[in-house]
Amino acid sequence: MEYSAEMFKPINKDIDSAEAIVRPSVTYWQDAWRRLKKNRMAMVGLWTIVAILVIAIFGPMVSPYSYSDQNLEEQNQYCSSKHWLGTDDLGRDLLTRIMYGARISLTVGFLASLLNLTVGVIYGGISGFYGGKIDNIMMRIVEVLNAIPMLLYVILLMVILEPGLQNILIALGLVYWLGMARIVRGQVLSLKEQDYVLAARSIGASNWQIITKHLIPNAMGPIIVTATLNIPSAIFTEAFLSFIGLGVNAPMASWGVLASDALQSFRSYPWQLFFPAIAISITMFAFNFLGDGLRDALDPKQRK
Amino acid sequence: MVGSYVLRRFISVILVIFVVATATFFLMHAIPGGPFKREKALPPAIQRNIEERYKLNDPLWKQYVDYIGNLLRGDLGPSYKYLGRSVNDIIREGFPISAHLGLVSVVFALLVGVPCGIISALKQNQWQDNFIMAFAIIGVSVPSFVMATLLMYVFAVKLQWLPAAMWGTPKHVILPMLALAGFPTAFFARLMRSSTLDVLSQDYIRTARSKGLSWGAVVYKHVIKNAILPVVTYLGPLIAGIITGSFVVENIFAIPGLGRYYVTSIYNRDYTTIMGVTIFYSALLVMLNFLVDIAYCWIDPRIKLTDAKE
Repeated sequence: MEYSAEMFKPINKDIDSAEAIVRPSVTYWQDAWRRLKKNRMAMVGLWTIVAILVIAIFGPMVSPYSYSDQNLEEQNQYCSSKHWLGTDDLGRDLLTRIMYGARISLTVGFLASLLNLTVGVIYGGISGFYGGKIDNIMMRIVEVLNAIPMLLYVILLMVILEPGLQNILIALGLVYWLGMARIVRGQVLSLKEQDYVLAARSIGASNWQIITKHLIPNAMGPIIVTATLNIPSAIFTEAFLSFIGLGVNAPMASWGVLASDALQSFRSYPWQLFFPAIAISITMFAFNFLGDGLRDALDPKQRK
Repeated sequence: MVGSYVLRRFISVILVIFVVATATFFLMHAIPGGPFKREKALPPAIQRNIEERYKLNDPLWKQYVDYIGNLLRGDLGPSYKYLGRSVNDIIREGFPISAHLGLVSVVFALLVGVPCGIISALKQNQWQDNFIMAFAIIGVSVPSFVMATLLMYVFAVKLQWLPAAMWGTPKHVILPMLALAGFPTAFFARLMRSSTLDVLSQDYIRTARSKGLSWGAVVYKHVIKNAILPVVTYLGPLIAGIITGSFVVENIFAIPGLGRYYVTSIYNRDYTTIMGVTIFYSALLVMLNFLVDIAYCWIDPRIKLTDAKE
């Protein structure tokens, strides 16, 4: 075969198209999501949480019973087609009560974590950003608070504030922001020395802009991981408080209250205890798996 | 240098205990209507006793000074519910039992959790690792009251191998110990696994192997000694967890320890006992944390004694 000049033509005529990026660049979040999807346990945790949320939101609407409907003719029944998970000592449908309990426990978990996040990010952000004397004083305070067993003070606050959903949130929110504050401070301290912060400052960005546009978005990974792992510990603490009699008021019931109520008649009707206990445990599993997975996905530096 | 570090840490311990006592005092006085006023009238003897002890008619600053003074003498005041009993009596009665149970649980957690973590790391991604880590995730996810009731149901109610409640013989210790040790054991296993994996990738392990040391000797002499350090730092929070765990576990197994008294006093709104036990436990934990910190510096000489924290 003969090769002639007509068969060839030069490629990359213009230099611009050669430099063009064909595929859209993968952002940090897309990359994290890709890594998270590969982690099977984390995805199981994520979908379990979604399922629990759906049940908590829609379950009570579908159920023919309400959480406070008493029926003294149907006390302490075992699982049946009428009451899928049986009834309690006042003849209330246990499945319905557990679904309502999910609302309360999850509300406590999410809101308490959100509260900790807000307080922790502001406190840690200020401390890390200004540094020096302010940082010294603020971190001294955290150190002193950190040495105090906080759960004892949650209990003390609950005794003083009287039980109730709102007060549980206040007590949890007031005492569990310390870890978040430390993490945010550490992140901000190292991030503010980066060159892009200097660049932003040199073109006249204000402190507020630097904090909101550069420091917080870049510290978001560890913040999200900590917030996710705070949710199960808030649910855990709420269940614990309810169990020792400092939970939400009757006839409302969180999972901890349900478990605590069932303890009295536990030998005769063990399922009344087991179902809420299973609900708590599954939720803890799901959040712990997701939190661990998020840690691996959002913090590439930690991976080996 | 060691002395000055210990002294400085000791001063901060005193400071924290002081903050704790002060916070507790003012929280107590923040209760609407005061901690000692309720709808139901008190027996006059208690009313007199409380007013005498706490000098409720004095100005707040004087009450505070007196209160701190009493604390310095180790006097936590009378119980608000039990006539003629002081908070000190309650602690003296209940704490030895709680301490016994707690100590046994800590020892169990260390003896089981640490070796499990090491095995898990040495057999990374093999069946032993998966098996232990599956148990560990159950251990950190299941609340202690669920663990306690499950154990009681299986071993006491169904199988009837062990007593379901009360205290006295070694047999009574087993179930509450397992319930209490569940979380720390699982946590230690996870902690020990990750720190062992960390140590295994260090150069000095390769050096030790290449100079002809047997695998067993490397693990014993180099890996464990270095990997166990994070476990020591976790001892403080662990003891805090054991104490709060004892509140529910002692209740479920009807053990007459301080945790049970504490929860009963919450149910009864026995304010003076709640305050007294809170201060007692806080001071205890702060002291233990202090001892752990000192021990840590002694175990790990790499830590600069002048400033242990970042």
